[in-house]
Amino acid sequence: MKQTRISKTFSKLKASAKKAFIPYIMAGDPDIERTRQYISMLENCGADIIELGVPFSDPLADGPTIQMAAGRAVAGGVTLRKVISFVSEVRATTQIPLILMTYYNPVFKYGEEKFVRDAVDAGVDGVIIPDLPPDEASLLIKESRASGLDTIFLVAPTSNDKRIKKVALASSGFVYYVSMTGITGTKLTLEDSFIEHINKVKQASKNPVAVGFGVSTPDDAKTIAEMADGVIVGSAIVKKLHENPEEAEEFIKKLREAIV
Amino acid sequence: MGKTRVIAETGAGQHGVATATGAALTGLACEIYMGSVDVKRQALNVFRMKLLGAKVNEVSLGSKTLKDAINEALRDWTTNVRHTHYVMGTVFGPHPFPMIVRDFQSVIGAEAKKQIIKTEGRMPDCLIACVGGGSNAMGLFNEFIESDVKMVGVEAGGKGIQSGEHAARFAGGSIGVLQGTKSYLLQDKDGNVLGTHSVSAGLDYASVGPEHAFFKESGRVRYTYATDYEALAAFDLLSKTEGIIPALESAHAVAEAIKMAPEMDKEKIIVVNLSGRGDKDVQHVAAIKGINL
Repeated sequence: MKQTRISKTFSKLKASAKKAFIPYIMAGDPDIERTRQYISMLENCGADIIELGVPFSDPLADGPTIQMAAGRAVAGGVTLRKVISFVSEVRATTQIPLILMTYYNPVFKYGEEKFVRDAVDAGVDGVIIPDLPPDEASLLIKESRASGLDTIFLVAPTSNDKRIKKVALASSGFVYYVSMTGITGTKLTLEDSFIEHINKVKQASKNPVAVGFGVSTPDDAKTIAEMADGVIVGSAIVKKLHENPEEAEEFIKKLREAIV
Repeated sequence: MGKTRVIAETGAGQHGVATATGAALTGLACEIYMGSVDVKRQALNVFRMKLLGAKVNEVSLGSKTLKDAINEALRDWTTNVRHTHYVMGTVFGPHPFPMIVRDFQSVIGAEAKKQIIKTEGRMPDCLIACVGGGSNAMGLFNEFIESDVKMVGVEAGGKGIQSGEHAARFAGGSIGVLQGTKSYLLQDKDGNVLGTHSVSAGLDYASVGPEHAFFKESGRVRYTYATDYEALAAFDLLSKTEGIIPALESAHAVAEAIKMAPEMDKEKIIVVNLSGRGDKDVQHVAAIKGINL
């Protein structure tokens, strides 16, 4: 199978013993034009892959920061359809791997086959759907494999060996390891078994393992980078961009520097 | 299960009170999630829950009603799953919740069947129940599914389907996936969930239990709706003529009985599920009527 932009990025990083920095922003918060500027800022700050949140009315896996960001973007009329066409415009100026993080209902309503086709045509590299377990994703996986879209599924600290295997097998590009039981934007608290558990995931997966949820400071990012192939930072960046946008670039650079 | 804490969501407050009662009895810590709109209109039940020692968390997100309370309860559960059990309040959510709740609620149908056979010596001709998430209806219907008894589920018509302010998922929705369940859903063309309206907190919900969707598609159950106005009229009528003050949710089922009965033979038997009592709604109804208690 042809290497996707996501797996190429990880291979390149691995060759130079580096870890991936994967920032998340909410598409359309506060508007699409700003999202375009943020993408180029993130790239300039050294992001390896960017996760673009697709706004949804009921973001179950998210804490207040991303819920409110989604609320603002939904109110601004940003939809899955618009995010896909936005990606196709952005592709004229950047080749950075882009992942859509969306809830399932917008994809279901869009039509899974059409979604995969349009996303790939637009230049989307991967998709994360936190409320779609692999057990229910056979159509999406089949379509995505055929079109070169990476499907990234989530492993939780409560996942048992059988579950880890299933998620690893369903995932391509990388596996998303959720740092702790909980929702996004919660303070990072790693259980004693964290290392043992993430190592299990690494063993089960032929793909890299990136960790997200609760990574909010450069120190958090540094800790996680020591154990994972990639570090995902969402709420902390979304919050900074919303509350103190003038400090965002500095903050993101610090995150980048912490991930080695 | 080794869990020390239970959580639940509630719309009308009945399920919250039930969960808080069980928790008080067994010494479990208990937290209830309830939309801030519902906290206001079901103040009596909020007070009951607090009396029973539960912590009531007001949810001021989204439409501030049942859907948002479920979202918050699911977020809590995701976080505290190692020591917390989520006592889901309706036949909804990820598998196996719809089955668990249906099986527990099925005592309603078993009891109704026993009673009607004892009183009338035969099976009823028709069952009517209101459908929010649909647990009371599923509880009644489950026992009769294999029989030829007709069944009617009544959704909240709110201010009418045309107005867009309702919770009639079958009449005004389409298939979608919310909170781990594929069913009928009130949503826009991009898959965002729409706001709902009903005079009754317990029916004010954007989706409906998946087994109801199945019965709708198979034709086993007929689904219809009653508007706020019809439900309030039924609330008044049942109170005056039978001396029973029904919950506003159940009043939707009574409203359908009022529509159906005149068309039926006098010998026919309708069982209406009075799934909740109306004490909790008295203040709310008075306010709607402009009466200051």
